[in-house]
Amino acid sequence: MTTVLCDFCFDPGALLSEFCRGRTEVGAVATFTGLARAEAGDTTILELEAYPGFTEAEIGKIADQARTRFSLDDLMIRHRVGKIAPGEPIVFVATAARHRRAAFEACDFLMDYLKSRAPFWKKEHGPGGERWIEPRAEDHADAARWDKESL
Amino acid sequence: MARVLLFGPLRDLAGWRERQGVDAASISALKALLAGEDARLGAALSGPGVQVALDQAIVKGDRPLAADAEVAFLPPMSGG
Repeated sequence: MTTVLCDFCFDPGALLSEFCRGRTEVGAVATFTGLARAEAGDTTILELEAYPGFTEAEIGKIADQARTRFSLDDLMIRHRVGKIAPGEPIVFVATAARHRRAAFEACDFLMDYLKSRAPFWKKEHGPGGERWIEPRAEDHADAARWDKESL
Repeated sequence: MARVLLFGPLRDLAGWRERQGVDAASISALKALLAGEDARLGAALSGPGVQVALDQAIVKGDRPLAADAEVAFLPPMSGG
């Protein structure tokens, strides 16, 4: 398992190819790629700040939960930090399991955590200035689904 | 001599992100020291949802600070 923060643009296709390579028993790989939105011109740059070391460790704890809960063979998380232009990938998650349902659900679980509770601080820069962003109520509700559900 | 880190809106409010060699014996003493220099920052450090990490682990309440302690003030996390 790798959780990597990077401050440069990455290629989700290349990460997927790398993640799939050499697997003969996995059966299912699910991925999610999040892209920065322009918000109709309101956002020219999205800036993400992490606490190096701490952020990776906290994400690692959830990744371990996902691995156990969904019996994953492997997973990969790549997350941008720093300044991100609209259209660039922010996050890439890949999950590998024997069958598709576990791979899909683990990917969904990881993204709900990453979007609502992961240790990042997010600022939008635009023509109207800059502002810090908090998670939407919907992001919290999405993450809370997994607290109630049992497989 | 603690190393102090601020994140997110706290960094903008204070105008700095990291300070080295801050002389404080405990987290409460550190907060008092920073509040004495900047009252707005002092209030924000005790604001709703601000967590404290000591040597990269979240702690609740007061703790003594070792000479090489790293103290981070973490405002509510936004997710990625």
